[in-house]
Amino acid sequence: MVETDINMRTELMESTQVQSVDRSDTKVADMKQQVNATIGEPFAKDPKMQARQVNVYYGNKQAIFNVSLDLGKNEVVALIGPSGCGKSTFLRCMNRMNDTIPICRVEGNITLDSEDIYADAMDPVLLRARVGMVFQKPNPFPKSIYDNVAYGARLHGLAFNKAELDEIVITSLQKAGLFDEVKDRLHEPGTGLSGGQQQRLCIARTIAVSPEVILMDEPASALDPIATAIIEELIDELRQNYTIAIVTHSMQQAARVSQRTAYFHLGKLVEIGETNQIFTNPKHELTENYITGRFG
Amino acid sequence: MNATTLLVVIIGLTVFGYVIGRMRSIKVSQGTGGPSSLHSLPKYYGYMVALWCGIPALILLVLWLVLEPGILRSLLLDELPTTMSTLSENELSLVMNDLQLLADSGRIDAETDPHKKAAAIKLLELNSTSELMRNVLIFLVALNGIIWGLANVKIDMRARVFVERIIRYLLILCSLVAILTTIGIVLSVLFESIRFFKSVPITDFIFGTEWSPQTAIRADQVGSSGAFGAIPLFAGTLLISAIALIIAVPTGLMSAIYLSEYASRRFRAVAKPLLEILAGIPTVVYGFFAALTVAPFIRKFGESIGLNVASESALAAGVVMGIMIIPFVSSLSDDVISAVPKAMRDGAYGMGATQSETIRQVLIPAALPGIVGGILLAASRAIGETMIVVMAAGLAANLTVNPLQAVTTVTVQIVTLLTGDQEFDSPKTLAAFALGLMLFVTTLVLNVIALHIVRKYREQYE
Repeated sequence: MVETDINMRTELMESTQVQSVDRSDTKVADMKQQVNATIGEPFAKDPKMQARQVNVYYGNKQAIFNVSLDLGKNEVVALIGPSGCGKSTFLRCMNRMNDTIPICRVEGNITLDSEDIYADAMDPVLLRARVGMVFQKPNPFPKSIYDNVAYGARLHGLAFNKAELDEIVITSLQKAGLFDEVKDRLHEPGTGLSGGQQQRLCIARTIAVSPEVILMDEPASALDPIATAIIEELIDELRQNYTIAIVTHSMQQAARVSQRTAYFHLGKLVEIGETNQIFTNPKHELTENYITGRFG
Repeated sequence: MNATTLLVVIIGLTVFGYVIGRMRSIKVSQGTGGPSSLHSLPKYYGYMVALWCGIPALILLVLWLVLEPGILRSLLLDELPTTMSTLSENELSLVMNDLQLLADSGRIDAETDPHKKAAAIKLLELNSTSELMRNVLIFLVALNGIIWGLANVKIDMRARVFVERIIRYLLILCSLVAILTTIGIVLSVLFESIRFFKSVPITDFIFGTEWSPQTAIRADQVGSSGAFGAIPLFAGTLLISAIALIIAVPTGLMSAIYLSEYASRRFRAVAKPLLEILAGIPTVVYGFFAALTVAPFIRKFGESIGLNVASESALAAGVVMGIMIIPFVSSLSDDVISAVPKAMRDGAYGMGATQSETIRQVLIPAALPGIVGGILLAASRAIGETMIVVMAAGLAANLTVNPLQAVTTVTVQIVTLLTGDQEFDSPKTLAAFALGLMLFVTTLVLNVIALHIVRKYREQYE
């Protein structure tokens, strides 16, 4: 019970919002014993990123226990699980965003195209240009729409003149499905858009850097159903060109957008498999309980 | 019973009013099903009675204290010989002071002037009558307040609304104090300045390039040039403030960035208070430091590279002043940079921005209003600073932009004018008020401009 609380508290460090607090504490504590090894096939045939035996600690508290998982090329992997289960933490390991948290420590091996991303030779700044991230709450910079999208391109010197920059901004906005809505007001502040538009702006901003992988941390949790549907369609289109990992609290969303689904519980990867199989025929009792809404 | 004792009595009655009001409300509610049937909590009825008791009594006390001297004086004037009524206002208040002293001294019998003696005796009488009237009246008002308040304790009396409204008025009153004080200061400076501009034309003052405020006390005195051109003073002020800001803004901003973004939590916990100590050092001490350490150092250094440096230079004063105002810039900037939401940082880092790129392109623009606020505060400190300049930059009103020469500032001149050996209504002393007014207007204009710039360029996050 106490240990459960501690694990729940790592929630705060992940800076994700508490969405659903697990009330069946005792039951969870019992079931915790049952998670020994991951059920299902965590490896992809054509992997883009590979994580092996990843352990993550916040100070003395362990937030991720021995997780191994592949992100395959051109697939969407959904990470689901109750709040505080470590899915956001795991996601943030994939582009070393956890480096910005001083007390966070990552063990294990994560590769991008067989390159160790935690090796000394890997520059986290270049890594994050290749592995982009979209956050839970839309966080456009307090700049114009144009400057928001151009930000990354300018940062990494992707455009050599104004025309090239315009080209990058327009294609990115088009890919994010936002261009038609904002083409007349590119120089107005990005913070003036609606929540869903802001989130698509953030996606456009991420695409503008031409990443290979896009990590999405509950990208639609702050949006209404219509904006969510637009984002989901977008994710499906983006799959053609990018590898995508998405953390979500919405089971329907995971079922709609992903090819594979991973179920996390208290820092452990409980079960991973084809999305269809996970939602129709889960093998682990915890997974079944979660997706049928019995807890979490 | 003097005014202080009376105040204690009023406070005592107010507390009593609270207790009895609260009890009464509970008692009233008993007929209709207990305190929950009251409109407000019992304590609000207590507050209501206390307010009815205390506030009218206090207002009356304040009014009495303000109006009493004037009324006493007019009553007393009848006692004095008719020659007195022809005296000017200032002389009359001297006479009144004299009489008050005599009455308080207890040695009225020793007074030889019969008029004065009679007046002093009358004054004593009036004083005691007034005090008695005041005490009785105020006590009655307070008591009446309690009774009126108690009569108002009813089930459906909306005591909470009443109390909240009174609290709002109290808050308005407090903010009025600050505003009225500012207006009062401006007006008093303004009227003295107008007197000054009657003897020195305003154009000579604003556009004159020579400052030499020696006016003659006697007609045959030499060396009384009496030139009141304020430009050298404002030039000196701007020069020294500019040097100070050139030192303080980059240093302060960069140390703020280090403290908020790079430093470990433990280092920050130690370094920030240490930095803020700089603001707590008395400016006189900075003055020593500037005059005895920095100025000679700058002179020697200047001489060694072949420059002619005055022993009291604008540079020395400006540098030390700059050090003094670093904490204003750094502490405020640190707070506003730390307050930029983590989502902004995450966004920039997630795009592959380095730490310095994030700071430069995202954090600073978002924190700009606060940073400019800190700089403005520092600038107004620099413009208003006196002690360092007196000790390190001298009194010579040179019109120059050379920081190696001695200059003087507006505030320093105000000090020397008012501490000078002159009548209080001579142009020399009145010039101090005109300078003060000009300084006030200048800083006001600077503030307005800076606010405008901030509003135009800030990048506001949600």
